[in-house]
Amino acid sequence: MIAPPAVAVTNGAGKPITGYNYAFLDELSKKAIRRALFKAVAIPGYQVPFGSRELPIARGWGTGGLQITFSLIGPGDVVKVIDQGADDSVNAVNIRRLIERTAPDVGTTTVTAEATIIQSRHRTPELPLRAEQIMVYQVPLPEPLRLIERREAETRRMHGEADYSRMWVALYEDIVRNGRITRAAGYPALVHGRHVMSPSPIPKWDLPRLHMAANLSLFGAGREKRIYAVPPHTSVVPLAFEDFPFAVERFAGKRCAICGSQESFLVPTPSERGETFYVCSDTAWCFDRARAQAREDLPR
Amino acid sequence: MAYTSVRGGAEAIAAAERLIAQLPTEPDEALLELRQVRNQLRAAVDQVMGEGGLYAPDLAALALRQAEGDMAEAAFMVRAYRSTLPRLGYTHPVRGDEMLAVRRISSTFRDVPGGQLLGRTRDYTQRLLDLAHQTSNGGVAAPSMSLNGQTDRAGYQDGAAEGPDLPHWDGRVPKVSDAMRAMRLIEPLPSSTDDTEPVDITRASMRFPVGRSAWLQAMARGETGALVCLAYSAMRGYGGGDHGTIADLRVGDLPVRLTHPLTGKPMTIGHIRVTEVEMTGRTRPREGDGKRQPPYGLSYGLVFGQNERKAISMALLDSALMAGSSGEGNPAPANDQEMVLYHTDGIESFGFVEHLKLPHFVTFGSGLQVSLEDAGVNGSAPPPSNGRTKDGRASVSAVGDLVASSHGQAGAS
Repeated sequence: MIAPPAVAVTNGAGKPITGYNYAFLDELSKKAIRRALFKAVAIPGYQVPFGSRELPIARGWGTGGLQITFSLIGPGDVVKVIDQGADDSVNAVNIRRLIERTAPDVGTTTVTAEATIIQSRHRTPELPLRAEQIMVYQVPLPEPLRLIERREAETRRMHGEADYSRMWVALYEDIVRNGRITRAAGYPALVHGRHVMSPSPIPKWDLPRLHMAANLSLFGAGREKRIYAVPPHTSVVPLAFEDFPFAVERFAGKRCAICGSQESFLVPTPSERGETFYVCSDTAWCFDRARAQAREDLPR
Repeated sequence: MAYTSVRGGAEAIAAAERLIAQLPTEPDEALLELRQVRNQLRAAVDQVMGEGGLYAPDLAALALRQAEGDMAEAAFMVRAYRSTLPRLGYTHPVRGDEMLAVRRISSTFRDVPGGQLLGRTRDYTQRLLDLAHQTSNGGVAAPSMSLNGQTDRAGYQDGAAEGPDLPHWDGRVPKVSDAMRAMRLIEPLPSSTDDTEPVDITRASMRFPVGRSAWLQAMARGETGALVCLAYSAMRGYGGGDHGTIADLRVGDLPVRLTHPLTGKPMTIGHIRVTEVEMTGRTRPREGDGKRQPPYGLSYGLVFGQNERKAISMALLDSALMAGSSGEGNPAPANDQEMVLYHTDGIESFGFVEHLKLPHFVTFGSGLQVSLEDAGVNGSAPPPSNGRTKDGRASVSAVGDLVASSHGQAGAS
């Protein structure tokens, strides 16, 4: 077992930056983004084009999610930022620092239950979210059909006509070639029975937790300039066949080396001594469990 | 030290920030003055303004110094700053022949109305390193070499000798394209001004197919090298359009005009230095179309500052995209709107390419579980058609082997 860290993450946020607007973007830009968000909520899974702004974070590093977060936050909000499930992954730290420096009255946290807005790259927190919490996903490639059709004009037509035949054929061919559907993270799903959506590169493990979730999920692709949403209590059904059903990743009896979990998404970590151990990718969830166990172990 | 989310990301990036806060100067070395960057690295400043989409020489110079000369990074800083500025108003359109040109050439005719002015260019110089100045701090600045005033228009016109006898050059020259219109070589200008609102790709994302105003705006902000690459591919036969001769290339200052908020009259608030290119070439005869069309077409490039290779590339690609829109022939990359416009924005392409440096262990791990099951090394039965496997223990060395072999395959492909 590996000991969890004793203290919570600190950011070393530094001074608020001067000369910039509250939450970086100018207010008219934020308003334009919120309008795109409304449209996205009204048409679940539909990719709304928006006038994506450049941020001081590079394209492909979370600018879509961050534009959504910036256009939503205000005094009283508490933001949690995770990357690969971890609060202290370098990019998550950097994004959280930017939020802290440009919106000094917004709180930040690593505790999932405390957050009003959770911005994430590649993971959904293990802890189920409440209705008042908003999940913001960073999306690299919003178009689930891109790998079977490179032209944007054509994929828009396919979505417009709900013509997903080539997607089904691609999945079928995967089975013919490989005996199973080999797609892993970013598994396509049908939202509200209408639009096929990329859930962003979250593992298959996370996909069932989007289905009929109590919370609102927002997806932002800054470079590709698309925003989409899964409103609360909306169906999110992974594309699969009756005889080849969807299945999440399996860890074949592995448990987390820190908290012993067998019920969370684990990531393999090779050590210098040549062994591979597994740990939870959701660090907040993992360390919570480990600390709770440590308290129970204390003599009373 | 720690890069992944093991622990310590905050400390590591704070340390990295401390390292880049100091420019790598020696103890007795002065920081470059922004004025030195702005004037002596003028081409870099111009390129950063163009790709950053913001005409701000001082900010571009600041970005270049802060980025230690990294052009992509500097253009990115300028773009990011641009996002914080509200859109307060719109300028009036200006015609290219209102430009006060400091350089103007045409390759279509031996003599052109208004004459040619070679100006400051390295085109016909020999690109020899000035080794005599290698150890000194460079040459002595010419006292009159102001790049913003009238002096840089004192150039060399049509073989005229340098010196006080320079022919009169007030910077305003008619367009070769207008002469070609008079010769009925190209289509006449529309009789009325087209008041269609131009697309603004910074306010609404491109929806394909896009119109010409969108692709011109996108390319004006495009990355120089990427535009040169695609334009060059068109010249070498991968698609391309009609246009291969420069009717007009001019560098100079265009007025920026706004409506005065009180008087309601247009007023000039300043000038911007731009490079403007009009290219012409023979149109391809269209079959079945009984109408006689003019034998030549025209394409356009306009970029901030002096960046001639980008402006020429933009005009070549404008022509290639027009050819692509008319649906003629077999489209090559340069004729394909999505290909050209999605892949020539430097901020987006370098950002996404470099995002591969971010941790990816969740997606990698998710794929790894599939691979392990396929290979049967996770104690799981391979190809489970019913989506179920029996539990088992992984051999630690087998996991390592599989990771190593999948790396090998990726490298070989």
